Amino acid sequence: MLRILNRIARTGTLTEALDDTPLQTLGIAVKRRLDARFAGSLAIRHVDAGSCNGCELEIHALGNPYYDLERFGIHFVASPRHADALLVTGVVSRHMQAALLDAWQAMPAPKLVIAAGTCACDGGEFGCSYASAGAVDRVLPVDVSIPGCPPTPAVLLRGLLAALGRNR
Amino acid sequence: MSATPSSLAEALRGVLAHAAAARIDARLGPAQALDLAAPDWTRAGAALAQLGARLAGLWVDHGTQPWQGLALFARGGEYLLLRAALDAAAPALPTLSAHYPAAERIERGWRDLTGVRFDGLGDTRRWLRHGAWNECEFPLRATPAPGVRTPGDTDYPFTQVHGDAVHTVPVGPIHAGTIEPGHFRFATVGEQALQLEIRLGYVHRGVQVLAMGRDAAGLLRLAARVSGDSAVAHAWAAAMALERATGIEVPPRVLALRGLLLERERVANHLGDAGGIANDVGFSFAHMQFSALRERWQRRSAELFGHRLLFDTLIVGGVRGDLAHAGIAALLADHRELRDALAPLTDIVLDHPSLDDRLIGTGVLRAEDARALGCLGYVGRASGQDLDLRRDAPHAPYDTLAVRVPVYAQGDVAARLRVRLDEIQVSLELMDALLMRLPAGPVLTTWQPPAGGGAGLGMVEGWRGETLAWVRLDAAGRVICYAPRDPSACNWPALERLLPGNIIPDFPVCNKSVNGSYAGHDL
Repeated sequence: MLRILNRIARTGTLTEALDDTPLQTLGIAVKRRLDARFAGSLAIRHVDAGSCNGCELEIHALGNPYYDLERFGIHFVASPRHADALLVTGVVSRHMQAALLDAWQAMPAPKLVIAAGTCACDGGEFGCSYASAGAVDRVLPVDVSIPGCPPTPAVLLRGLLAALGRNR
Repeated sequence: MSATPSSLAEALRGVLAHAAAARIDARLGPAQALDLAAPDWTRAGAALAQLGARLAGLWVDHGTQPWQGLALFARGGEYLLLRAALDAAAPALPTLSAHYPAAERIERGWRDLTGVRFDGLGDTRRWLRHGAWNECEFPLRATPAPGVRTPGDTDYPFTQVHGDAVHTVPVGPIHAGTIEPGHFRFATVGEQALQLEIRLGYVHRGVQVLAMGRDAAGLLRLAARVSGDSAVAHAWAAAMALERATGIEVPPRVLALRGLLLERERVANHLGDAGGIANDVGFSFAHMQFSALRERWQRRSAELFGHRLLFDTLIVGGVRGDLAHAGIAALLADHRELRDALAPLTDIVLDHPSLDDRLIGTGVLRAEDARALGCLGYVGRASGQDLDLRRDAPHAPYDTLAVRVPVYAQGDVAARLRVRLDEIQVSLELMDALLMRLPAGPVLTTWQPPAGGGAGLGMVEGWRGETLAWVRLDAAGRVICYAPRDPSACNWPALERLLPGNIIPDFPVCNKSVNGSYAGHDL
């Protein structure tokens, strides 16, 4: 236990951007929008609809101490019934189409849909084929697109801000 | 490369009296090729199993006329590629699954994509095919016409387990967390799992079909996205296949930088997994510590190599950017810092009662199962499989480096974590050595497609294990066959073997400890 406390003390606070960095500006802006729209929180259900796993790694990174997404009231939930937003990565593989639609159906309104990553936004390297239905907007109404292969955590955070701005 | 036929090939010739002599072919790297008739396929497989060889890869080369069945076997650093021409009208091969259980799903996958019949295959259920195309359609023969809305794969005939207290727990394809999709079907009694059956194919994106017609640059872009956590491994394997197909010499500086990139990818993933394993048993202290180290590592990758996950850092014949002197110094300093940060963290993680309680003895993969399945990377090495391409059949830059290979006998989650932690240290040593002796010279050489077309085999030891690529080009230099083999193809079945007897709440940590790629498997 002492070793752990020692490490924690030595690590200090890594969470970034207390004054003027773009990340913090973004975070505060996101928080204001969230407070106005969702009483201070945004619950996200993520679905990998046909991603290479690159986007997932960067979504994971949002939870590391540098970004600490949850400080803004944004958190990931397991059930689509608990979700305000559906965050979709990858092209929609035809084998995931039904599952993706089921998840979307299960969500309560307003059912924000956020397409994250180049594949989800425009099909990217995979496009439309016998195996892929293509970009997310060919399957679901998309509110916000966050391009990038994959989008960096800072870009993802900026995209969430856009998602909230659009639906004021 | 050895100049004499390998002992595997010689032993096999003793069994198959009429087989031709093995051929040494630089396009195959360390592998030697042996042509045989399709009916001899099973006998050859049986003999190779007897000789202790593992099945490394199994492909249908649909770029030749007629098509060819390819099976790559390995023992230590020896590789033997069996080739059999397939009947043009009714392509068929005998199954290898009687001697190599992992072949079963691989063969089912090829059957779904090509229509090649695997005679004697016990399990004839569809594998990569769900609802996107019909039983009589084969995407690598003729692209199926897509439907408007693809139905879910609701009627897959899972194996049934019967018994009074047995109940079935279906999980997926969408899982609770931010991970890739797949379906897990558990048969349980109380909390204990009796059986796990895995159903994959949800993220089949048609990689092999998409590759066709691409040029070399387009292929490498695709290869980097076969499995986003293994962008360097797959891109290097594909680049190596293309470079071997033409027979060009890649400059030493390129090879050293590729080695550096591959080791950086290994360290990033191992840091992420070490944190993930801790997280799956609720030890968030270690999760946060490792994820912070990973973040710093990724930021340096973005700064020096242009991408946090090292996508598109390789090009055929080269690497995309050079490394300046200041970059070398920064990396060497990073390595020292990471060692310093890991020492106390490793000390805690490997000696913490609540963590020990959850990880030691959990999800044990027996050595005989790991051997039978041909398990690779940290999954194999945690279960006694002493394999590493970087040491056993080293290509440059590893041929001049001493690669230590951590191997454990326990086969549990703790051992798979330990292998990862050890491998980070090995990678740091290798990267230090590469940086301190970084050869001067160009970071790109001219590559041209092989005159008249041709094929090559690429193989690198990615962070998950041996990663392969078979690539064939036509006379115009366009891809006509791209068959990547992610190590996950060999490791996924291990999860089914190690789970029975464990409780369902331990499944996430068991799964994380194996960390198969869904995208790399489904293609």
